[in-house]
Amino acid sequence: MQEFADIALTVNGDAVARRVETRQHLVDFLRIELGLTGSHLGCEHGVCGACTVRVDGAVVRGCLMLAVQADGADVWTVEGLSDTGEIADLQQAFIERNALQCGYCTPGMLLTAAEMLEAGRRMTRAEIRAFLSGNFCRCTGYHAIVDAIETAMQGRFGG
Amino acid sequence: MKAPRFSYVRPESLGSALELLAEHGDEARILAGVQSLMPTLNMRLSEPRLLIDINRIDALKGISFEDGTVRIGALARHAELLASPLVAEHLPLIAAAMPHVAHVAVRNRGTFGGSIALADPAAELPACAVALDATFVLASLRGRRTVPARSFFHGLYETALAEDELLVEARIPALAAGYRSSFLEFARRHGDFALAGVCCHAHVDGAVLSDVRLACFGSEDRPLFAGAASAAAEGRAWSGDVKQAVKAALGGDLDPIGSFHASAATRLHLAQVLTGRALDRMVRAG
Ligand SMILES: Cc1cc2nc3c(=O)[nH]c(=O)nc-3n(C[C@H](O)[C@H](O)[C@H](O)COP(=O)(O)OP(=O)(O)OC[C@H]3O[C@@H](n4cnc5c(N)ncnc54)[C@H](O)[C@@H]3O)c2cc1C
Ligand code: FES
Ligand code: FES
Repeated sequence: MQEFADIALTVNGDAVARRVETRQHLVDFLRIELGLTGSHLGCEHGVCGACTVRVDGAVVRGCLMLAVQADGADVWTVEGLSDTGEIADLQQAFIERNALQCGYCTPGMLLTAAEMLEAGRRMTRAEIRAFLSGNFCRCTGYHAIVDAIETAMQGRFGG
Repeated sequence: MKAPRFSYVRPESLGSALELLAEHGDEARILAGVQSLMPTLNMRLSEPRLLIDINRIDALKGISFEDGTVRIGALARHAELLASPLVAEHLPLIAAAMPHVAHVAVRNRGTFGGSIALADPAAELPACAVALDATFVLASLRGRRTVPARSFFHGLYETALAEDELLVEARIPALAAGYRSSFLEFARRHGDFALAGVCCHAHVDGAVLSDVRLACFGSEDRPLFAGAASAAAEGRAWSGDVKQAVKAALGGDLDPIGSFHASAATRLHLAQVLTGRALDRMVRAG
C-alpha cells in the first residue's frame, strides 16, 4: 500500500518523472512540482473550470484527477499551448474582443475553447455557450468570451 | 480543500480489484472517473484508507451491441456515450440525456458505472436505466449476480451494491420496433443537476401509447418508476384528458423532497409539466 508513487508522463511535450504523494491532484503537481502556474485553482471541487488542462487529447478538471492517475499520460497546459502557437489566434481574439479582465479564468477558457476549435467547424453561439458551461468567469459576463471564440472560429473556418 | 492521505492501488485485472475489495471492505473505495469522489475527498467528506483505481481494467470498458441488447461497460465515459453511434441508434433516450450530464471536461472523465454506483437522485443515467429496464451486472469474489435497475436504487446514494461488489456493466434492451423515447429536464444552468426531470419510453401506435414506462428524477431520493402515471397513459390515445390524468397520477407517485433550490410543490409541478410535454413530443415525433 502506497501513499507515494513514482510517475512518468509528458507535460507540454517534455518527459517528466517524479515521486508524488498519491493524494496530490494534477494541478497541484503542475504548479508546485513543475512550476507551471498557468493552470489555476478556484474551487477544488469541480465546479469552476479554472483548473482545466488537456490530458491525452481531451480537457479535464485538473483538480478532479490525481497526479498518480496521469502516470503515462500526455498532459498539456496553457504554457505548452502558448509555446507551440496552437492557440495564438485564439489568444489574439481574446485580446481584441476584451474577453478577459482579471484573467483568472482565462487559461481554462482557452483550453476549453481549443477543444471546441478541434471540432473543425463554426459553432452557433448557443453551442459555444453550452460547451463553456463548465467554465466560470466572474468578470466578463461571458459575452466577450463567446465573441472571441466566434472570431477565432471565423478565422480558422471562414464565414 | 486538499484530499486526506490515502493509499492507492491500480489493479490491471477485475480479479485483483475484487480481491482488494474483499480484503479491505468499507475502508476501500473504488475510483472510476473521480468526478464525484474527488470533490468529497477534497472537502474531507470522505476519508477512505485505500483507493482502488479501476481505470486500467479493460474488461470494464466499451459499448457493444448483440442480440438486441446494448452492453455498456462500467468504465464507458460520458463523452463516449455521447459520441457512440450504437447509443444513438439503439438507446435514443440515453443519447438525448447525455448532453444534460455535466460539462465537457467532466464528461471526458466521468463514467457510466460511477454515475450508476453513486446513485445521485438528480442524475440522468440512473433514471434512463430505470425507464429502459436495464439490468446491472455486479461482481465480487463470491460470484456474479444481476439486479434490475428498478430494484437497484434504494435511496439517497444507496444501492444494491454490497461492500465487496463492483458494478461491471449494464445490459439494456435496444429500442424495439414501434417504440419511442423522450427526455426532458429542468436545471438552473446547462449541465447542472436537474431540479426535476423525466424519462419516457413507450410503444407508440398513432396516438395510442402502450408498455408505458415513466421514470422521474431530481425530485425524490432516487430515480423513481412512476407506476400510476405510466398506468394512466397505458393503452389510451394521447389527449388533453389523458395528459391531465397522467399529471394527477404523478402526484400520487411522487413525494418530492424540498430544498433551498426548489420547494416540494415546485418540484412536483415541474415533474408534471415536464412529463406532459415529454409525452406530447413523443406522440408528435411520429
Ligand atoms: C461540476 C459537475 C457537474 C456535474 N453534473 C452532473 C449532472 O448534471 N448529471 C450527472 O448525472 N452527473 C453530474 N456530475 C457527476 C458526474 O457525472 C460523475 O462523473 C458521476 O456521477 C460519477 O462518475 P465517476 O466515474 O466520476 O465516479 P467516481 O467519482 O469515481 O465514483 C463515484 C462513486 O461510485 C463508486 N464507483 C465508481 N465506479 C464503480 C463501479 N464500477 N462499481 C462500484 N462502485 C463504483 C465510487 O467508489 C464512488 O463511491 C457532475 C460532476 C461535476 C464535478
Ligand atoms: S478548481 Fe477545478 S473546477 Fe474549480
Ligand atoms: S476574467 Fe476574471 S474570472 Fe474571467
